[in-house]
Amino acid sequence: MSPILELQNVSRAFGGIKAVNDVSFKLEEGEIVALIGPNGAGKTTLVNAITGVHTPTAGKVFFEGGDVTRQKPFQAARRGLARTFQIVQPFPKMTVLENVAASALFGGHPESLAEAHDHAARELDFVGLGHVAQSPAASLTLPNRKRLELAKSLAMSPKVLLLDEVNAGLNATEIDGALDLIRRIAARGVSILIIEHLMKVVLSLSSRVLVLHHGELIAEGPPQEMVHDRKVIEAYLGPKFAERFQKEMALG
Amino acid sequence: MGFAQILANGVVLGTLYACIAIGFSLVWGVLNVINMLHGSFIVLGGYLTYFAWAYTGISPVLILPVVAVLLFGLGYALQYLFINKVVSAPVLTTLTLTFGLDMILYNLMTVFFTATPRRVSMDFGRLEFWGVAMPVDRLIGMGLALLLTALLFVVLRTSRIGRAIVAVRMDREAAALMGIKVNHIYAVTFGIAALMAGAAGSVFAMVFPVTTNLSGVFLGKAFVICVIGGLGGVSGALAGGLALGIIESFAGVLVGPQNAITIGFVLMLVLLIVRPQGLVGVKGYE
Amino acid sequence: MMARKSPWPLIAMALWLAALALTPVVLGNYEVRIAISIAMFTALALSWNIIGGFTGYPSFSTAAFYGIGCYVGALAQRSGVPAALAWLAAAAFVGGVSFLIGAIVLRLKGHYFAIGSIALVDISRLVVSSWGEVTGGGNGLNVPLLQGRPPEVSALVLYVMLGIMAAAFLANVLVDRSRLGFGLRCIEQNEDAADMVGIDTTRYKIAAYVLSAVFPGAVGAVYASWVGYIDPTDSFDILTTVKVPVMAMLGGAGTLLGPVVGAVSFVLLEEIFWANFLEWNRAIMGAIVVALIFFLPGGILKLDWRAILRRPSRRKAAERKPG
Repeated sequence: MSPILELQNVSRAFGGIKAVNDVSFKLEEGEIVALIGPNGAGKTTLVNAITGVHTPTAGKVFFEGGDVTRQKPFQAARRGLARTFQIVQPFPKMTVLENVAASALFGGHPESLAEAHDHAARELDFVGLGHVAQSPAASLTLPNRKRLELAKSLAMSPKVLLLDEVNAGLNATEIDGALDLIRRIAARGVSILIIEHLMKVVLSLSSRVLVLHHGELIAEGPPQEMVHDRKVIEAYLGPKFAERFQKEMALG
Repeated sequence: MGFAQILANGVVLGTLYACIAIGFSLVWGVLNVINMLHGSFIVLGGYLTYFAWAYTGISPVLILPVVAVLLFGLGYALQYLFINKVVSAPVLTTLTLTFGLDMILYNLMTVFFTATPRRVSMDFGRLEFWGVAMPVDRLIGMGLALLLTALLFVVLRTSRIGRAIVAVRMDREAAALMGIKVNHIYAVTFGIAALMAGAAGSVFAMVFPVTTNLSGVFLGKAFVICVIGGLGGVSGALAGGLALGIIESFAGVLVGPQNAITIGFVLMLVLLIVRPQGLVGVKGYE
Repeated sequence: MMARKSPWPLIAMALWLAALALTPVVLGNYEVRIAISIAMFTALALSWNIIGGFTGYPSFSTAAFYGIGCYVGALAQRSGVPAALAWLAAAAFVGGVSFLIGAIVLRLKGHYFAIGSIALVDISRLVVSSWGEVTGGGNGLNVPLLQGRPPEVSALVLYVMLGIMAAAFLANVLVDRSRLGFGLRCIEQNEDAADMVGIDTTRYKIAAYVLSAVFPGAVGAVYASWVGYIDPTDSFDILTTVKVPVMAMLGGAGTLLGPVVGAVSFVLLEEIFWANFLEWNRAIMGAIVVALIFFLPGGILKLDWRAILRRPSRRKAAERKPG
């Protein structure tokens, strides 16, 4: 079986700077893979390159076996390759329900506007926002905005979901709620690539971890191995601290 | 006409153009406002210079600073009283507001000055060098335009207020946190822009006839020059002005003056699409 | 909700159309002329509403579409095409032009789009002025006059303009209630997010731009037939190009009836000031524009009339609360 999403040697340069350099990986159907890396490693750029916000300067992106390297963002959405934004992007003057209905209508495959609304209402219940469906999107709290982002992506009936730091800025209780939600999304058969800073999330959700540093994929493997990987620790802490850190780990 | 002559005409025109556009560029770059009043400021400067000269006989070069100060006051007041209130609104609002203010100013000028073309006529004869003939008044105009441009450059670079303007342009919030009074800086910037426009109008009236009907033409030039040169900087306006002056001068000979103006606009549209930051400038924030 | 919209705007518009259509029967020539002006500018403001109101793109290219319409209609009529066909041809031609231009300028946003759209008016005027052998250049063009006695001609022009106005209104209603309108509102609020939820923003924006161009094209052509003479300065006027968005904002941009209310208010005010303060007309209109920005930012229709009727002190208290 071919992977649902595959990157072959994808690079994206801005001027002379390669924000993403020669990245290759596969996402199998039903998998949850975490993409980690220090700030500025190029994680968001990679998501942008996958979804057509920035066309890769080299390499290829395959979705369900087809070449989608040169797609536009709206085409990605319609294909079932959805994403959330690190900085949430609602339509501020619309109600929460209309926000999600827009995704269902344009990104999903509804028969009519009424059906798009029904679908939107179901997704709002799924993410736990049913009670604020008629509130203006601009009035939501941050955790609820993050849930709205998720509902918007889900309304497009995605096959692959790219989650860009959906847990940033949330407190411990809120994160537990988000973890539960992501597991339920995965249970629907959606393959997920999640960008994450929080090790707790990475360890409890993902079956595999990709580590990006200076735009390059420096390590890939099961989460437990990755947190002890020398290269990964170096990327986060620098070589000097990495050494000390590993010594301390070895001691106890 | 020889190559050198066409080039020289273009350079003279270009420095005047730079002087015309510089204030517009400053307002766009710092306040993020498209100032539809700009053309009328230039015409006002020209008319004031003409009438002061016609009634008193004082040299227009001495009148220029007075006109410039008056325009600064007008610009500061308009910004402080009106534009500041909506300065962060979308472009539709700010552009429409300045257009409304322009309708008022334009009307006042047609009532008090009429639309008759006016020119400060000083016959200094012409100078010939390297096979190029140039009326002396145009050379004086060019010299004044360059002087004004250089002056603004130095003020922005070295003075306290100039540094504050640059700081506000780069990051309004950070500048406010550092204790810069943003509203005051905005008003000063708008005042300086009006000052430069008024001075440019003075210079223009010494070289070409000025009439209210030219206000739209000046504004159009400012658009084109800003897009060609990029926003906010003195160097951008100078480069854009010179480029437009030289292009118009050569195109005028090759395809006729009317088409030369069209070429300027078309070039602007092309640049807008392919290089919105201009030839030398930094891209303005949306 | 989107599926069930109030029928009142449609009813109000039908009554208003009927009232304007009655002017030739019950009122004199002067009133008919004003009615034509109202119909013209209402059509222009409604057209602008699609790109400027629904989509939120600060377009100042109305005068370019209108002017090109003037010239295409006039040239078609001069070469023997019947008036009605010439008007349709003008609308179609302007639609085509706006499609091509839209594909280019709609890549710009904010200030750059505003400047680019104004430049289109300047470029059109300059091209028409310098293309003398076809357009008559700065001397302008005579257009074959419509046949008939003057009152009949004015009535005919009024009915045609009302037809265009009704069509522009219908276009607004259809856009408002369709997928297209929903998509345009998404673009207005957050274009990147609109792209991300699967809206082909380029195609949607071009559709809005073309819809905002065809009716001004037709209005221009009919106007040319009515007055019998056109020149570049009047046809491609910057004043027109700013006046039209001002009308839409005066009533309330992005609503169905806003541009209608705004256009009639503006035209009537202008008429009063023209008649009484000819010399100061422009300044007074300028003052109205300034007042609009400060006191009516949402337009006449968005005014909270009840709040205004209440005592000012209580109004202030009410304003303080939500902030």
